[in-house]
Amino acid sequence: MAYPHAHPREVRLLSKYFGDEDAIGIEGWAERGGYVALEKALEMGPDEVTEVVKESGLRGRGGAGFPAGLKWSFMPKDGKRPNYLACNADESEPGTFKDREIMRWTPHQMIEGIIICSYAIRAQHAYIYIRGEMVDVVRVVNDAVVEAYRKGYLGENILGSGYDLELTVHLGAGAYIAGEETGLLSSLEGRRAEPKVKPPFPAQRGAFGMPTTVNNVETLAAVPHIVENGADWYRQWGTEKSPGTKLFSCCGHLQRPGNYEVSLDFNLKELVYDLCGGPPEGRQLRAVIPGGSSVPLMTVDEIDCDVSYEGIEAAGSLQGSGGLIAIDDSACLLRSIRKMVDFYAHESCGQCTNCREGTVWLANILRRIERGDGREEDLPLLLDVGANMAGRTICPLSDSAAVPVVSGIQKFEEEFVAHIKDGTCTAVR
Amino acid sequence: MSDGLHPAVVSAQPSQRDEKNPDAPLFEGEYQDRLEKILSRYPFKRAALLPVLNMAQQVRGWISPDTIKRVAEILELSPAYVRSVASFYTMFQLRPAGKYLIQVCTGIGCDLCGAEDVVEGLLKATGTRIGETSADGKYTVVEVECLAGCGFPTMVQINDRMYENVKAEDVEGLLKELD
Ligand SMILES: Cc1cc2nc3c(=O)[nH]c(=O)nc-3n(C[C@H](O)[C@H](O)[C@H](O)COP(=O)(O)O)c2cc1C
Ligand code: SF4
Ligand code: FES
Repeated sequence: MAYPHAHPREVRLLSKYFGDEDAIGIEGWAERGGYVALEKALEMGPDEVTEVVKESGLRGRGGAGFPAGLKWSFMPKDGKRPNYLACNADESEPGTFKDREIMRWTPHQMIEGIIICSYAIRAQHAYIYIRGEMVDVVRVVNDAVVEAYRKGYLGENILGSGYDLELTVHLGAGAYIAGEETGLLSSLEGRRAEPKVKPPFPAQRGAFGMPTTVNNVETLAAVPHIVENGADWYRQWGTEKSPGTKLFSCCGHLQRPGNYEVSLDFNLKELVYDLCGGPPEGRQLRAVIPGGSSVPLMTVDEIDCDVSYEGIEAAGSLQGSGGLIAIDDSACLLRSIRKMVDFYAHESCGQCTNCREGTVWLANILRRIERGDGREEDLPLLLDVGANMAGRTICPLSDSAAVPVVSGIQKFEEEFVAHIKDGTCTAVR
Repeated sequence: MSDGLHPAVVSAQPSQRDEKNPDAPLFEGEYQDRLEKILSRYPFKRAALLPVLNMAQQVRGWISPDTIKRVAEILELSPAYVRSVASFYTMFQLRPAGKYLIQVCTGIGCDLCGAEDVVEGLLKATGTRIGETSADGKYTVVEVECLAGCGFPTMVQINDRMYENVKAEDVEGLLKELD
């Protein structure tokens, strides 16, 4: 089956073999150039590998955009304590479905990246923390890991290099907050997935109290390409501050939803209207959320920008996880915002009062407005609750929950006012 | 090895099967072997808690008070601790569910594309309300958050199988396919 809606304007680096059944197994993957980068990496020194990744400018694809090579360079090199790698495969940011596709079609691309990263940070045990709900994908990843062991890419003395690595697939059990890196590490240790105050950062005190690097699936999947072809080659795409390509998962009201991989200087408006085909026939887009439900809503006028980290930020939102949600004029925007807030209210781990109570407050006020029982003072109240939730908690989930509400009021006030004043909705049915 | 599973992947076996046997023995035979493999992958016992609970759920279909006690013994934890961890995660069923646990995504991506109608269709076809098990013990329908397939709405998970692009009119066929 051809991957749905591949588009000639994409740069398909990580997604080249999406839809190709023969690329899933290790033989087919090797025929397509798989594990060549690993051989090359094992001939280099660990720090040399880190240096190449640093020079490539690869940034974390899990949401925060932290430079990957720099993160690796924080890991201790003295070998006094064991180092660990945790691959964050907990993908659960609403609107995001790219890691799932990477693992489903090209599990070995991720595994190769994991082995190279582990080598660079001197880890001898890596964990894939994979979302428990992804049952079909878990089976694919498990098979691929076993294949990699059988081929000698994992285990003792990998390819005769003297380097040993164990890789364990660890199943999550249903908690969005386990995607936050310190929550993930708590969960890996057999605790509730409660985030911890940073510092100490995972590179100092991570999994099992030991130095740990946490990287997203897509970040790690990019590593073999960079190691094989070099930093300059990777920098042919994107911008100075956002080199390379990135997958955008596009959903909601679009003619051709799906994953699209583009150079990071691609235009966001063209991604929405050209690659995804814009909204269904006869409808108009109203709002675009470019990076998962944790980033500010954009009006259609704002999306003529490039998709780099800095490009989207200058235009009034954030790249986040690259989960693009398009909302057209047939939807009640207030309901969509309330759905997103409901999610955070459900997923708050409850450690911080402002988050635990703020999320529920926001959801309740929004529900009241949606029902037509809103009051004029509800708008300043929402903004006030939102302001109290930002920047005061252990992890950024609290900030995220306020984002759709605050940006929604700033950019789509008329939607709120129509509900409150006239008990009507601006949606065109 | 009585059990063919590689130690690297023992901690990641999907836990919701169609066959549920609430009184099955835990940690015996094949599962004793698995337990040892799981423990070998972590530096201390507590870290094996999620995989062990997951395996127990695979055996028995849910996490009963007895299961909590047994897991606590094996991992040298208190039952209260095990319960507090188990209750944090939505995938651990602390009550028995129907033979088919039907999880419908009502996250933002699926909601924009008609998830509500799919839920309604499923409730009607199974004669249940959200979270309730049908009188014949067959179906439990629950709403869940984003299943990471938002481009293929509506996403529905039934036990350990995923269904993409489910529309309200597909509901009847989907349920028929199960038996
Ligand atoms: C509430 C919350 C949820 C998160 N969920 C995920 C997730 O599902 N997957 C992911 O890779 N990163 C997630 N992150 C980001 C991680 O904390 C971390 O930054 C990331 O895994 C680091 O990898 P990267 O540098 O390769 O992006 C989340 C962050 C927060 C605050
Ligand atoms: S901000 Fe919310 S989710 Fe994050 S640690 Fe505090 S209560 Fe938990
Ligand atoms: S919103 Fe349904 S799968 Fe993401």
